Amino acid sequence: MHEMALCESMIEIIEREARAQQFARVRAVWVEIGALSHVDAEAMRFCFSAVAHGGIAADARFEIVSLPGEAWCMSCSTTVPLAQRSEPCPHCGGYQLQVTAGDELRVKELEVD
Amino acid sequence: MCTVCGCGDTSVDPGQAHGHSHEHDHPHDHAHPHDHAHPHPHDHAHGHAHHHHDHHDHQHDHDHAHPPAGSIDFGGGIAGVHVPGLTQARVVQIERDILAKNDSYADENRARFAASGTFVLNVVSSPGSGKTTLLVKTITDLKAQFPIAVIEGDQQTANDAQRIRATGAPAIQINTGKGCHLDAHMVGHALDQLPNTTDGLLFIENVGNLVCPAAFDLGEAHKVVVLSITEGEDKPLKYPHMFAASDLLLLNKIDLLPHLDFDLAATIEYARRVNPKIEVLTVSAKSGEGMPAFYAWIARRAAAARAAAKAAE
Repeated sequence: MHEMALCESMIEIIEREARAQQFARVRAVWVEIGALSHVDAEAMRFCFSAVAHGGIAADARFEIVSLPGEAWCMSCSTTVPLAQRSEPCPHCGGYQLQVTAGDELRVKELEVD
Repeated sequence: MCTVCGCGDTSVDPGQAHGHSHEHDHPHDHAHPHDHAHPHPHDHAHGHAHHHHDHHDHQHDHDHAHPPAGSIDFGGGIAGVHVPGLTQARVVQIERDILAKNDSYADENRARFAASGTFVLNVVSSPGSGKTTLLVKTITDLKAQFPIAVIEGDQQTANDAQRIRATGAPAIQINTGKGCHLDAHMVGHALDQLPNTTDGLLFIENVGNLVCPAAFDLGEAHKVVVLSITEGEDKPLKYPHMFAASDLLLLNKIDLLPHLDFDLAATIEYARRVNPKIEVLTVSAKSGEGMPAFYAWIARRAAAARAAAKAAE
């Protein structure tokens, strides 16, 4: 359950930002999660609520921004959509794929008071 | 401009993220999942340190549309679920990678390894694949050739570190408690307690877990995933992230092959589906079969690490 450790990192990022930007409460957190990232979005939501408890982001809405996966197909020399790792290229059916997008895991923005 | 979702009027390739049509008749006040998709990919695809982007002929010429200049993007975040009355709150853009802190510790570790010419492998697998036996065998066979140290990660017990120390190599045991993986900060602490391995090897044996350690860069040169053939052929498909993150697959316990219905070729094919570049060696830490190829693999790369350290002096 590395989502718990990642959510602790999120809280650190948020608290650092709170000091820098002078806000006292976080109402919502937008998190970009790529389709090919190594986390489960719902597990992130669950862990975040546990880790945020009692802190500046307690009760904050957890908004997931899903980003699509993309890969470069070395056989087709083109960028193709990829819903998950281990799927073939939708054009040629091959697996010569290099992931180029969709492994994001970022705190994008906060809604704060 | 599309009046439904605010995207531009350029043609949309159905294969791309924005391949939705608006002919569906469900109400459009819901948050559109695809709305979010397009304003973002370009920003970070190139911006942040993205190790997958090492071949830069990838053309991000997606056909999906950007909102034209002067238009309002309702997908950029808060607006995607806009509610009247939000005006007292403000939105802070932060755009921070959640793993950034771990990655900065990993960079520190990597700089230390580079300075001492230490070649570092992060050995990952499920529990019971034979990682520790493999390391004991490797250290026994290579200790005359290199200074070697080991960092052991387990939730509890120092059993593995004791097995390593029996070979004569120094080992630090990290107990993660309830943690499911090593992170770069833990490894930095362990390094402080290990003797210098100038021009040598450091093996980091991660917590036995095919999921979580995939996410954490420890500063290693390579992740090496160990899969024993008593596990299923389809492990690479079931746990693709680990196999995607690793550069070498060691298929261990190959001495048991005659006794098992294990399809070696299928396993290798599955691993290459998730990572076309992964190298594969079949080994038996018990019989020693295949181990020389692993040592040669190490020696080549360790020599390169030493040469780089010398060049930097």
